Amino acid sequence: MEPSSNGSFNLRRMRRKRVGLILAGVLFLATIFGIVVLVTLLVDVVLTSVPWLDGQFLGSLPSRNPGEAGIQSALVGSLWLMGLTALISVPLGVASALYLEEYAQDGWFLRLIQVNIANLAGVPSVVYGILGLALFVRFAALGNSLLSGALTLSLLILPIIIISTQEALRSIPSGIRESAYALGATRWQVIYSHVLPMAAPGIMTGVILALSRAIGETAPLILVGALTFVPFVPQGALDQFTALPIQIFNWTARPQDEFRGLAAAAIVVLMILLFTMNLTAILLRNYFEERRAGA
Amino acid sequence: MPTNESTEDAPRTPPPASAEEPSANGRPDASERPDTESSAAGGEAPTEPAMKPKLNINDLHFWYGDNHALQGITMDIQPHKVTALIGPSGCGKSTLLRCLNRMNELIQGTTLEGTILVDGQDIYAENTDPVMVRRRVGMVFQKPNPFPKTIYKNVAWGAEINGYTGDIDALVERSLRQAALWDEVKDRLHTNALDLSGGQQQRLCIARTLAVQPDVVLMDEPASALDPIATSKVEETITELKKDYTIVIVTHNMQQASRISDETAFLYMGRLIEMNPTDQLFTRPEKDRTEAYVTGRFG
Repeated sequence: MEPSSNGSFNLRRMRRKRVGLILAGVLFLATIFGIVVLVTLLVDVVLTSVPWLDGQFLGSLPSRNPGEAGIQSALVGSLWLMGLTALISVPLGVASALYLEEYAQDGWFLRLIQVNIANLAGVPSVVYGILGLALFVRFAALGNSLLSGALTLSLLILPIIIISTQEALRSIPSGIRESAYALGATRWQVIYSHVLPMAAPGIMTGVILALSRAIGETAPLILVGALTFVPFVPQGALDQFTALPIQIFNWTARPQDEFRGLAAAAIVVLMILLFTMNLTAILLRNYFEERRAGA
Repeated sequence: MPTNESTEDAPRTPPPASAEEPSANGRPDASERPDTESSAAGGEAPTEPAMKPKLNINDLHFWYGDNHALQGITMDIQPHKVTALIGPSGCGKSTLLRCLNRMNELIQGTTLEGTILVDGQDIYAENTDPVMVRRRVGMVFQKPNPFPKTIYKNVAWGAEINGYTGDIDALVERSLRQAALWDEVKDRLHTNALDLSGGQQQRLCIARTLAVQPDVVLMDEPASALDPIATSKVEETITELKKDYTIVIVTHNMQQASRISDETAFLYMGRLIEMNPTDQLFTRPEKDRTEAYVTGRFG
């Protein structure tokens, strides 16, 4: 089995093999480390939350008495925020991306915008909170309302939506565009009939991932004045509000142990919400891909 | 040599040529299609149509940025003929083709000088809408690129967006028949076009182009991505089509050019070296460079 050695090679077969095995082990440990930490966290949170997770918890307003406290106002607040944020950011983001990709002439101005969008995606969310406070709460006099919060979150996720939409648009083979133009289509007909439908799954995925980021944001909402104690359910876009991350933040800050259980329960609700959103993204993408294939 | 050459070419060309010529010559060319009549009335005084070129390219220059890709091309393209553009890679033949329906202006940073007339109308005139140019001068691309929709939708879409008022079902059938695809797909019109084979997809792309009823059909190496059987089907389709359309085809394949085209233009380094009837260009080229290329000594 030992390969013949003619003297010019020092094969060191065992040593090389050992290095390979050690490396594989290190890589495996690196993977496992993250998973173990996450699973521990999840198990801990879920176990702590179990006694508190019930219909009463979902359907009650916050209270000083842990036994009566619930997340109804925070949950409804978060759902309102998501709805409004999606309504504002998706049309704006998709429209911007369409303009930048399909209409804008290449040049220094376009490149400047592109660089700025990429940078904006990396700006800390608290900075958007300050902007929201100055622009929407004070200047536009919207107060610390759901609309202010949604507008702020929209600014926060617009760069993500624009960039992912641009990527989706860029991934469409140029042959599709060219052959549509060659049939005498106008730019808008090409976009509407071919580019948008083909980019839709990518756009959806980007939008939902962006919204998933927005739903967990706390800092900007605190700055635009989301309340920590909201004993009512918001009825409209101009109402004051709280949201799940803020409710969680509030409960974890309390001294009593029971509130920690409540916080855990709220975390589980937030995660289920997130999971549902991501699942929707996947289902939507599959649906569009199937429709593309079938019709 | 002259006697040899005619026997050499005889086995290649005759079936399509003899089948087509009586019908093509039976009527005057330009009055065959209503489009041509109306545009002739609008553009120029109606003349005797016999030799009036369909396309008239005059001193055409084209730049990609600083790259001077076409350097003064002048040529006439005759109606109801297949004109082949040949030449080595990078000689500008695809660029020239894409100038004929203003596809190149979709690429940023390009410049064009010179004129291209279709039926006497300048397609680059300031008041000419590129969308209308492309509707009259259709294009089939190198890679089959059907829309990811049904076969039916692929053919119908172009007509629909151009406001076709007739019976779409009939149009789809007619276009698919013209592209020699109808019999293979008539039972699966509402299935995804991407399930077709490469050759079928390319004929679908031809049908799609025909459905908007252009005057001129440009083809950019339409068979280069296909196997020999699919290629011969596409070639048959092309030969069939010249009854109704003027066809300009770019090809790398000189056998293909000699099989299907009536006229051939040889381009080299952005210039038109020679344009002549195909059998003449392949057997008695005027220029040494043409001869070197068609005999395979360079390129």
